[in-house]
Amino acid sequence: MAARVRIQVNGETVEVVAGSSVAAAIAQLGLPFRRSVKGQWRAPLCGMGVCFECRVRIDGVGQQRSCMLPVREGMQVSTDD
Amino acid sequence: MTERYDVLVVGAGPAGLAAAHAAASHGARVGLLDAQARGGGQVWRHDVVAGDAALARRSIAAAMQHPGVAWLPQTRVVLAESGGLLVEDPQHAHRLEYGALVLATGARELLLPFPGWTLPGVTGAGGLQALAKQGWPLAGKRVVIAGSGPLLFAAAATAHRHGAEVLGIHEQAGRAAVARFAAGLWRWPAKAAQAVSLRARLSGVPYRCGSLVRRASGDERVQAVEIADGHGSRRLECDLLAVGFGLVPDTRLAYLLGCEMEQEGAHPRVCVDAEQRTSVAGIYAAGEICGIGGRDCARVEGAIAGHAAAGARAAASALLARKRHAQAFAAHLRTHFALGPDARALAEPDTVICRCEDVTLHALDGYTDSRGAKLATRCGMGACQGRICGSALAELGRFPYAGQRPPLFPARLSTLSDGHRGA
Repeated sequence: MAARVRIQVNGETVEVVAGSSVAAAIAQLGLPFRRSVKGQWRAPLCGMGVCFECRVRIDGVGQQRSCMLPVREGMQVSTDD
Repeated sequence: MTERYDVLVVGAGPAGLAAAHAAASHGARVGLLDAQARGGGQVWRHDVVAGDAALARRSIAAAMQHPGVAWLPQTRVVLAESGGLLVEDPQHAHRLEYGALVLATGARELLLPFPGWTLPGVTGAGGLQALAKQGWPLAGKRVVIAGSGPLLFAAAATAHRHGAEVLGIHEQAGRAAVARFAAGLWRWPAKAAQAVSLRARLSGVPYRCGSLVRRASGDERVQAVEIADGHGSRRLECDLLAVGFGLVPDTRLAYLLGCEMEQEGAHPRVCVDAEQRTSVAGIYAAGEICGIGGRDCARVEGAIAGHAAAGARAAASALLARKRHAQAFAAHLRTHFALGPDARALAEPDTVICRCEDVTLHALDGYTDSRGAKLATRCGMGACQGRICGSALAELGRFPYAGQRPPLFPARLSTLSDGHRGA
């Protein structure tokens, strides 16, 4: 059984396989990721750090591309931030 | 902090891994950097559930475990300075100096705008594959895959392995062109075997040629798509839509370094000679940035570049026949999956083109160059720096790629401040 990691997304705990991206963890909760400048909901498009649609706040730092960062136990993530 | 390598390789996909291994085999001290946390690039991206394929595992281990190779993960190039690159990792900025530089920056997906493409649940085809491998939940999800090229099969196979129900693969190229592509595959037996095995794994999945997703719709996320082919259009309910129209060379760093480019269709690629030398002394390029050729092409070009960068010209020349064979496959692919005019005509006047700044196609009417459009509409000025809309607008024939100014990616202020440089 692969190791599991728990992180918090918008205050809710989510558990994923170790090595998963933060984006994948957010998707487990079915949440959109961010709002565009005109207020449309957006979620990852490219999956490889190019499109910047997956930006969220991670451990207090905003504008992080969640598809580029593997989960770390105890990470605090907020979407639409 | 400043570090110096005999050979510095940017990008740890098949080309970069082969280059690093080849250069290190001649005793060169090699630095291998990538923006991702793990090596393998996109084609050999690690699957957190299924693990790595054997060839990927061997190739990654051969480069990373070589004592002459220093692996620099999560490291992105911010800008090019004389004789070196300014890079940053999650904590620090560094200046990396080199004797020779190998650019193996790969490709990104060509994503063309269509009504509804900004809805959550719409991804690239390679994008869906990358997300699935990162652990994105697909079990039980109804997925439509569309666009063009063999990557659609790979994306479908990955989605299927992760438990998705693949409703169909919709290829824009016509049936005759796809049949000619398949008929010519015997010249590359490994590719033919791969095609047969992918098709077998997807035996229950419809593969439709001359078929395009014209629209995605849904409240706050994709719930249905409209598919058009020669027989008319129909609506299909789904949970996810993955659309990719092939790949575009990622030439931005090469451009910053002043390497000469040529056009491959609507997009630039880096010009190289037989031994992968660019027009700039000491700088080599290999893999997709020299023209979309796929994994095998990237591996052999990477090895040639690595040998040549380490001064081992004989070892480089020994691989030239293999390279020609791999490049012939790339040409075969380009010919038969060429984009038709319908794929370029999907966007409507109110379709968002620049997703970062929410600029519509209509707002871009009348502009003939990206600078003018940028100044008036902010198109291409968002966080992605025009990586998505720039390639799309070039493909749509609106205006070409306008080059690149530093920084290559949004960077920390501390990285750019002199106090941290060389500290």
